[in-house]
Amino acid sequence: MKLLFEKSIKGTSGHYVAPSDVPEYRLDTSLLRGKEPVLPELSENDLSRHYTQLEKRSFGVNDGFYPLGSCTMKYNPKINEVTSHLEGFTDVHPLQPDDTVKGCEEVIDLTKQALCEITGMDDMTLTPAAGAHGEFTGMMLIRKYHEKRGDSARTKVIVPDSSHGTNPATGTMNGFTVVSIPSTPDGYVDLDALRAAVGPDTAGLMLTNPNTLGLFDRNIKEITEIIHGAGGLCYYDGANLNPVMGISRPGDMGFDCVHLNLHKSFSTPHGGGGPGAGAVGCKEFLKEYLPEDFSEAEEGAKAKMEAHPDSVGKVRSFHGNFLVVVRALTYILSLGNEGIPAAAVQSVMNANYFKVLLSKKYHCAEPGLCMHEFVISMEEEHKEKGVSALDIAKGLLDEGVHPPTIYFPLIVHEALMPEPTDTESAATIEDAAEKFLRVYDKAMADPEAAHSWPLTTVIGRPDEVAAARRPHLRWEPDGEEEFGE
Amino acid sequence: MGGYLSVNEADKKKMLSAIGVESEMDLYKDIPEDLLLGRKLNIPSGMSEQEVLGKLKKIAAKNKVYPTIFRGAGAYRHYIPSIVGEVTAKETFLTAYTPYQAEISQGVLQSIFEYQTMISELTGFPVSNASVYDGATAAAEAAAMCRDKKHVRTLVSAAAHPDVIRVMKTYAWAHGASIELVPTKDGVTDLDALSSMMDSTVGSVYIASPNYYGQIEDVSKAAEIVHASASKLIQGVNPIAAVLLKTPAESGADIAVGEGQPLGMPLSWGGPYLGFMAASDSMMRKLPGRIVGETTDGKGHRCFVLTLQAREQHIRREKASSNICSNEALCAMTAAVYLAAMGPDGMKEVAGQCTSKAHYFADRLASVGFKRTYPGEFFHEFVTDTPVPSSTVEIALDRADILSGLPLDDSHILWCATEVNTKDEMDRAAEILKEVTQR
Repeated sequence: MKLLFEKSIKGTSGHYVAPSDVPEYRLDTSLLRGKEPVLPELSENDLSRHYTQLEKRSFGVNDGFYPLGSCTMKYNPKINEVTSHLEGFTDVHPLQPDDTVKGCEEVIDLTKQALCEITGMDDMTLTPAAGAHGEFTGMMLIRKYHEKRGDSARTKVIVPDSSHGTNPATGTMNGFTVVSIPSTPDGYVDLDALRAAVGPDTAGLMLTNPNTLGLFDRNIKEITEIIHGAGGLCYYDGANLNPVMGISRPGDMGFDCVHLNLHKSFSTPHGGGGPGAGAVGCKEFLKEYLPEDFSEAEEGAKAKMEAHPDSVGKVRSFHGNFLVVVRALTYILSLGNEGIPAAAVQSVMNANYFKVLLSKKYHCAEPGLCMHEFVISMEEEHKEKGVSALDIAKGLLDEGVHPPTIYFPLIVHEALMPEPTDTESAATIEDAAEKFLRVYDKAMADPEAAHSWPLTTVIGRPDEVAAARRPHLRWEPDGEEEFGE
Repeated sequence: MGGYLSVNEADKKKMLSAIGVESEMDLYKDIPEDLLLGRKLNIPSGMSEQEVLGKLKKIAAKNKVYPTIFRGAGAYRHYIPSIVGEVTAKETFLTAYTPYQAEISQGVLQSIFEYQTMISELTGFPVSNASVYDGATAAAEAAAMCRDKKHVRTLVSAAAHPDVIRVMKTYAWAHGASIELVPTKDGVTDLDALSSMMDSTVGSVYIASPNYYGQIEDVSKAAEIVHASASKLIQGVNPIAAVLLKTPAESGADIAVGEGQPLGMPLSWGGPYLGFMAASDSMMRKLPGRIVGETTDGKGHRCFVLTLQAREQHIRREKASSNICSNEALCAMTAAVYLAAMGPDGMKEVAGQCTSKAHYFADRLASVGFKRTYPGEFFHEFVTDTPVPSSTVEIALDRADILSGLPLDDSHILWCATEVNTKDEMDRAAEILKEVTQR
């Protein structure tokens, strides 16, 4: 399919802006760029069709089953889009005087209250723009806590080897040394390894619970006690909150701060990779370190700063991804205190049902019940027949199903990680299971053929090695392909 | 109770029986009893869609939507063509995740590739990433790209946006580094002071142009000074101004970053916005976040993939320089649709009107006693002295449903005009201010 630039027809762009009603002012040519930017020129009809074509070459939750593990691709309610598009929210300047944005403040307050209650935390910031941004913020609170106590020896962050890649990267961004500890064969934190790893240099622990194998760590209290006993703090990665919201709270498990992905558990859409929002909650003793949720440019900022002298600072301009927060609040108000735990329960029931159905052929990394997701290993099949997790994923594309997360967690070889979420029906899960099993049989019967899947998509498997070796990262106006290196 | 579950009682029974448990709560047997909440959440009961919409409409109505805004300071009201919102509301774009599965994500991947090309055109640099959270985090990430054991210092112009400075400081603190401010002189970065602060331990210098006060900086001269110490220059850019002004690449900067909100995103009390980043080839492998590249499939067809992933957290883990995962993909698409809808002529028109209207407004304000504070050229924002306290100005204009310029302190106001401000609005504001000063 052609690029916007290749469809360009000179002089056909729309005219959207009213003509100027003031005298023209020209900047001195010494200030101006030498060459105009090359932008596409399309009639609105052509432009509209272009994006409709692109939409057809994409796959969203609305297109079908999307069991992408650890991403919680649940249905994104339409009402969220209506409330977040109310003019009273979209057309408000971030530096308006406080008394003209009482509605925004109410949205923030209501959301904070609900999220504190759901997580068992005492205070919350809604300014981080994504999950990883929330992790960064949360770990800064821990860093600041030790710093304020003059405890400069605490330089290490403990992360289990089953963690999301953002955890160790976050530790590094905060200047910590990351210590990875092994999991037990049955997928839990190895308590002996944890005890051996902690000490006066322990700043804290980063953990998801349920973990990335979809298991709730029943030793969680002991884990957080070991960290606290060593003088460290416990950080809860909320990527996997969905199965326990309204059921069990990180605050009660002994965690000191958490981040939540509002674009996962709280149904705001992923937008092809963002925007999300990464609310960060903390216990009372950390709240003085929370980032500023006001702008440095607003009136009264100085007084607000003086009122929070120990804040870690500011992690994003203005007030964060406000319209994402509006969507999350809409979801929380819709579900309420019955609907939130009901969604959690359903996410667990759906995952277990899917697991039972897939276990007819697939080998799950861990036996027994799971939470909202589980992990399949294709290690045996790969050894015996050369059928990889990637082959299965690509086969699923031909079945119209979005594949699970693959090659994660790293501790399971040839991993496939499905998370069906709470909003799928029994029939959808049964249908998807049939497709998974069919792909399995086909792959095992003809492994060679499986390596060339998918067959029905608009492109075949892309040459990723060539893409990275000779980066071609933009369209070139003269048609000559220029490579980055 | 509202909710989006698709399972009825009969299904539940069937599922539980297949799983081999008797009740829903049996699914949670791994959770120790004392960790079960065991009570209802202390939040309101669920509501119907009708009730939720009613409640949120009421809350939204507590905000004041100004028909006329003369405030920018990092967030700008521009005209947004209808097609922008329609395209980005398409269900598939809205509900897709990161395009990890390239075969079924060519649409999203191509849209990012097109976006990268447009950012590349605006900044003059060959490489753009797929977006970061906002302009402030883009600046902070750019500074991190240039920081290493030998280059620990980061200098930031005091004429940068206060939130950009604050976010850069926060990121630097987390990295165990610090930020030093380069003082201003006459509303622009004091380049003599910059010279005296430079040495070989400076990793990067950040200067915005137009800066926070709207002034156009001498970026070329700054680049010479910065490069003399073999340091990198990061330029903060307004993407609308970029259509007219010398590009960061032409001025000799090494990295361009900026807030993409003016490209089709509503004000939205500050977000979601869009952080864009572009750089020279030599900085390519240090850029954070996702990048889309062109390649071919087995049949030789052109296609697009997420590329250079060896930089990223899911591969490098603790060795990654940034932890960014989710970005602002839909906002990047918003920017691309906006730029494509406007086209080169439309963008020139918008940028030209911004310049003309801001200069007209500056003259009108000067004529009623609000003289520009600083000499030098500006784009669509400018600072004036105010003969009456700035709060008096704000209140007087608010009575006419006009959001005044941003009071910087008691006696200075930062004004902004864009293509949406009419001559009548500006004349009316000037008339009101004339009355205020004559009271």
